[in-house]
Amino acid sequence: MTREKTDFWVGLFVLLGIIALVFLALRAGNLSSFSFAPTYQVQAYFDNLGGLKVRAPVKSSGVVVGRVAGIGFDNQRYQAVVTLDLEKQYEFPSDSSASILTSGLLGEQYIGITPGGDDKMLAQDSTIQYTQSAVVLEELISKFLYSSADKEGTAKGGQPAPAPATP
Amino acid sequence: MSPTKAIAALGGWIIDSIHRLGALARLLVTIAAGSGAAVRRPGLVSQQVHFIGNYSLVIIAVSGLFVGFVLGLQGYYTLNRYGSEEALGLLVALSLTRELGPVVTALLFAGRAGTSLTAEIGLMKAGEQLAAMEVMAVDPVRRVLVPRFWGGAIAMPILAAVFSMVGIIGGWIVGVLLIGIDAGVFWSQMQGGVDIFKDVANGVIKSFIFGLAVTLIALFEGWNAKPTPEGVARATTRTVVSGALVVLGLDFLLTALMFSN
Repeated sequence: MTREKTDFWVGLFVLLGIIALVFLALRAGNLSSFSFAPTYQVQAYFDNLGGLKVRAPVKSSGVVVGRVAGIGFDNQRYQAVVTLDLEKQYEFPSDSSASILTSGLLGEQYIGITPGGDDKMLAQDSTIQYTQSAVVLEELISKFLYSSADKEGTAKGGQPAPAPATP
Repeated sequence: MSPTKAIAALGGWIIDSIHRLGALARLLVTIAAGSGAAVRRPGLVSQQVHFIGNYSLVIIAVSGLFVGFVLGLQGYYTLNRYGSEEALGLLVALSLTRELGPVVTALLFAGRAGTSLTAEIGLMKAGEQLAAMEVMAVDPVRRVLVPRFWGGAIAMPILAAVFSMVGIIGGWIVGVLLIGIDAGVFWSQMQGGVDIFKDVANGVIKSFIFGLAVTLIALFEGWNAKPTPEGVARATTRTVVSGALVVLGLDFLLTALMFSN
């Protein structure tokens, strides 16, 4: 086979490899969810992060508006500090609240932002004041158990214990 | 066999193994030192990529397709028990990019390309072509081994990527077209779960290292084959056996290194 022909087939082979990699990155992987839009950073303090990870999505009304840029521990306040990378095109009032939510029953954790009513907007390096920690399943179960035990204690005197109210 | 002889046989085997390992490392150093030749004459490397890569493409693509089919069926069977068939795309993509793509491709590569490299070099040696090259002041390491080594190292990651891609398409054919999982959920679960650095890029690194290892072993076996028909046959067998074992061992090591934070 001549040199040109070999080169052509090798070029085609390498091209196929590149197509395969692009396919894996874009179609199967999460490259398409990488955003290169300009961002601004905002801090939020949480009592408990649960299983929140770096690069977890930040959503508002279910739309991804940013990503978790960093997670640290503030030794002055004894709270976890989360740095959020919010896209510049989305602005939120400065009294917006951030809560750690779970998508689905066992899904990944993300930060949900509920907009407030202030005229001022969150700026670079500002802090979100109102936060809600992650719900830890064990805490929820122990709360439920204690409250149903309390109810059982007060409902003495022959009456059957009322069914525990579901929250 | 008397116990003394058994112990002596064990010791001889260990010393022989260490000897071969040392010879393998020396060959690697020699090839690495002569790798400048690959840059000066890229035509030789491209010829080998054609020989090693293009000719292996069909078997890799067909195997990938069928591995994807089987992953789709088996994964559906398991996931269906937990009522989470939508995760089938994620399961297929993760198992292919992280594990099956590089490993199965490397095993097929050892069987398809490794054996032909060993046999080729072994026959060159048996026909005294390598000796003739040296007489003509052509360094056979630079002229024969270096282009083949880099050709294999370039072809292997490409083949593994093609394998993974075709496998995912196979999983899609079974999952979406035959079983009827929703196509949107299939792809979005996959995109949500596959990380391009942690899964895709590490799979590519794995396949590159497998390519280096398998090609080196194939060249080593051919280079050190006894120049007889029987010697070449033995060397070819050894390429497949030790190539496969090294790939599986390296796979464990690399997985432990990469995926265990």
